[in-house]
Amino acid sequence: MDRFSWSNGLLEINETLVIQQRGVRLYDGDDKAKLDVGVALLSTHRLIWRDVKNHECCIAMPLSQIIFFEEQAAGIGKSAKIVIHLYPVPANKEPGPYQHSKYPYIKLSFKEHGQIEFYRRLTEEMTQKRWESTSLSQPIPTGTSPQVGRKTHAVGIIGIERKIDEINTVCLFTNHNRGHQTLCSALVLLCKMVELSRSIANKIKDKQGDITEDETIRFKSYLLSMGIADPVTRETHGSGTHYHLQLAKQLGDMLQAPLEERGGMMALTEVYCLVNRARGMELLSPEDLVNACKMFESLKLPLRLRVFDSGVMVVQLQSHSEEEMIASALDNVSDKGSLTAEEFAKLLGLSVLLSKERLLLAEKMGHLCRDDSVEGLRFYPNLF
Amino acid sequence: MHRRGVGAGAIAKKKLAEAKYKERGNVLAEDQIVQMSKQLETFKSNLEEFASKHKQEIRKNPQFRVQFQEMCATIGVDPLASGKGFWSEMLGVGDFYYELGVQIIEVCLALKHRNGGLITLDELHQRVLKGRGKYAQDVSQDDLVRAIKKLKVMGNGFGMIPVGGSYLVQSVPAELNMDHTVVLQLAEKKGYVTVSEIRDSLKWEKERACHVLDHLLKEGLAWLDSQAAGEAQYWLPALFSELISRDVTPEEANQMTP
Repeated sequence: MDRFSWSNGLLEINETLVIQQRGVRLYDGDDKAKLDVGVALLSTHRLIWRDVKNHECCIAMPLSQIIFFEEQAAGIGKSAKIVIHLYPVPANKEPGPYQHSKYPYIKLSFKEHGQIEFYRRLTEEMTQKRWESTSLSQPIPTGTSPQVGRKTHAVGIIGIERKIDEINTVCLFTNHNRGHQTLCSALVLLCKMVELSRSIANKIKDKQGDITEDETIRFKSYLLSMGIADPVTRETHGSGTHYHLQLAKQLGDMLQAPLEERGGMMALTEVYCLVNRARGMELLSPEDLVNACKMFESLKLPLRLRVFDSGVMVVQLQSHSEEEMIASALDNVSDKGSLTAEEFAKLLGLSVLLSKERLLLAEKMGHLCRDDSVEGLRFYPNLF
Repeated sequence: MHRRGVGAGAIAKKKLAEAKYKERGNVLAEDQIVQMSKQLETFKSNLEEFASKHKQEIRKNPQFRVQFQEMCATIGVDPLASGKGFWSEMLGVGDFYYELGVQIIEVCLALKHRNGGLITLDELHQRVLKGRGKYAQDVSQDDLVRAIKKLKVMGNGFGMIPVGGSYLVQSVPAELNMDHTVVLQLAEKKGYVTVSEIRDSLKWEKERACHVLDHLLKEGLAWLDSQAAGEAQYWLPALFSELISRDVTPEEANQMTP
């Protein structure tokens, strides 16, 4: 939605109105725009939208901003929509209702129908590109002419041809002779490799052919280096690659002392910060860390990745048994009569997050009970 | 004992299966993997060539980062999935975001005693920029959002709540359902909310409003000002603007709830 600029809605000399449709709501990507329902107008040069009640509220966008568009069928309780994919914001764009948008597309939602005719006219205008011969203002370069989408957005997966097209057009638009062509070629090739990898993954899943363990591992490392999520082979072979194995061993060495200092347990986010601060460069991704920690058990390292009911993930020393932790929690609470997570944290020198988890664990095992009031959550020894 | 066939009979069988398979126009997975490794070599050299001249672009140009991420999303790859990926090793995309992740965690941790683990994206942005120092590369809100999305996988309750045109970033595993979110959104304009306001705007029963507000108090996300003129006000420190608030110590924070 940040491609729109405020407009008075008046047509320019060479501009002709093609079609207008009432009952249109705009969407910024998947989110409803901060605007009411209004009238959408298509001219030979621009897409204009005006608020029905407040005619002052009028915005417009040049048609040359459009890469491609597609229909989104109506559903239960949902109007039919046209999804319009857009080029990045040009530097000389006039101010509009949105400073910034995280979405490169908008949607027009047709609450009073009319989408079929609007789509047809939009297709015509985008094919003819009449704005190019009779320019209103600074024209924006569009590169090669985009394929006009005709498929209904049923499943949400864009075909590979369309993807390659989009990459090429966006690349050409942003090129500015800065040599991004090599990156574009690389990305187009990547597109093809992603398709190929899906085909391979399916075959591995269906056990077609005679694929060796080695080949599977090699394939998984390809996926890792490209950044492709790998749900298929992960089920059968685990997410571990050679890289994660090595990483797990390194972590095993590196975390021993810090864990001892912190009572045998550290939140995964703490580990992430610790490890990456130490590395300085060639940092680990959060996923790398999680995948490596998952391998502690199979490598028989003295550490474990543990997930609490709350979803909090920690790395824990094997040597610090559950019973010890619960017993010490009970001791401390009995000693003081009662404790909150903050008080317990201060006592042990632990983070509040982890002290709370220990108290919750002790409660789960029946050793503590809680007093949950507006003043906070306080734990008492369970005398029942 | 039945071994995996390596004898002549097994080889012949395999060849027959391969032939039949190929007959149907299907390519063998093994052949595809070979094809893929060749494509990968080409890909790597393209990327290397780009990196040799334009590696700086990733660090220096927020707009380029956005376009790059969007193209990767279109293709279906996640350049931030692993530090071992091409993207990290050759373009240095990873280090930029992973380091940002560290800075985000640290800011959230430092402020948790004050705001209960909820902070506006704006404030987070300001503080991260401050922490990075004058000479560091610029970081956009889009960058923060992407880094936060990656942090989610570590299970510490990182999430984003849409509020008033921007977001609140949650960094603790406090359970916040639709009711809580809607009250947060209501409080966004003034930084506080009252039971009457909730009843008027959302048409809720008093019990429901109080239940939600109690939960926010317990989680440390809201502070109660029972001495406000008229009705008790529930303030959300996450929404305090920088100008009005000052840093509060944990002791003071504890004193503010009754």
